[in-house]
Amino acid sequence: MSSRFIPIAVFVVLLGFLAIGLTLKPRELPSPLLDKPAPAFSLPTLSAPATSVTTQDLRGKVWVLNVWASWCAACRDEHPTMIEMAKLGIAPIYGLNYKDQRADALGWLARFGNPYTASFADTDGLVGIDYGVYGVPETFVIDKAGVIRRKFVGPVTAQIVRDEIVPLVARLNP
Amino acid sequence: MSALQERVEPKEHDAAQRTPRRGKAGFRFLRVLRAPSPAWYRLLFLIILPALSFGPTAQANEAALLAPDPVFEARVMRVADELRCLVCQNETIAGSQAALAIDLRRQIRTQLQQGRSEAEILDFMVQRYGEFVRYRPAFNPTNALLWTGPFVLLAFAAFVLVKNIRRRTEADRDLSDDERRRLGELLGRGATQP
Repeated sequence: MSSRFIPIAVFVVLLGFLAIGLTLKPRELPSPLLDKPAPAFSLPTLSAPATSVTTQDLRGKVWVLNVWASWCAACRDEHPTMIEMAKLGIAPIYGLNYKDQRADALGWLARFGNPYTASFADTDGLVGIDYGVYGVPETFVIDKAGVIRRKFVGPVTAQIVRDEIVPLVARLNP
Repeated sequence: MSALQERVEPKEHDAAQRTPRRGKAGFRFLRVLRAPSPAWYRLLFLIILPALSFGPTAQANEAALLAPDPVFEARVMRVADELRCLVCQNETIAGSQAALAIDLRRQIRTQLQQGRSEAEILDFMVQRYGEFVRYRPAFNPTNALLWTGPFVLLAFAAFVLVKNIRRRTEADRDLSDDERRRLGELLGRGATQP
């Protein structure tokens, strides 16, 4: 008698799984580097290619690493948000210029604005591989001890800045 | 050739058979060149397409191999086959032509040249990209359901099926006397109907 409700019960359970599934984003991979030290690198900056900056130089402050490239259309979409975030002044934003040419990158910044305290030239993408970058743009929030705290895949929106990055930076800056 | 023709060509749709089997014995095989039947195309596809999947046309071609050592390249591709391309997430790094896949293949090649083992390279990738980069999911407690799930479902479906079949056959067997009499009446009545 109650076995006639089995199909509808199974359907409702399946519906539950499907509803949860609609909220998931399988293309965005969770980063295995969360709460691990940011991989060390030593890269030349875009503006002064003769000098190199290492991760050691960036210890002692909370900073944001934004992976971008002049050939990336989504980075253009994200760029106004980056400029606004730089204006907020909560944390310095460093750019990782991923697989790009210096001339193209500098031209892009000149056209669209430069929110970065400095941009590092990762021409061959090896530092990107170390950070688990599989698409552009990606954004990392790194704390004073050099540990990666959050990773955002895809363009950062104003809502993400307001609801996720600002509170996180405030928490990391006691 | 005509024995082969008889095996692959269904007799009803055979255009070639509608033409009379005339002509010199030695040249009758040339008939296959005229109006080939659908079966002939099928045979062609069955033979030629799988053959094309082997060989250099099927591999992910890159512009130039710096040290074209086929044994080494085969090793690189074997390692690359175990890794997922994160851009086209249904492909392996061996098969994908995404920029990231090309970079990672180069990374594998460099690391193999440095003497790392396949396990070390896979660990390197998992450290940076997570378990999802393994194309073949590892068999650990988290993934156990992924690996065994289909078999569990199949066993469950088989169990339900067997139970239903058994229930149905048993129901036919156990008739009460009353029902058996009625059945006899119905069958008897049915026998006299036209």
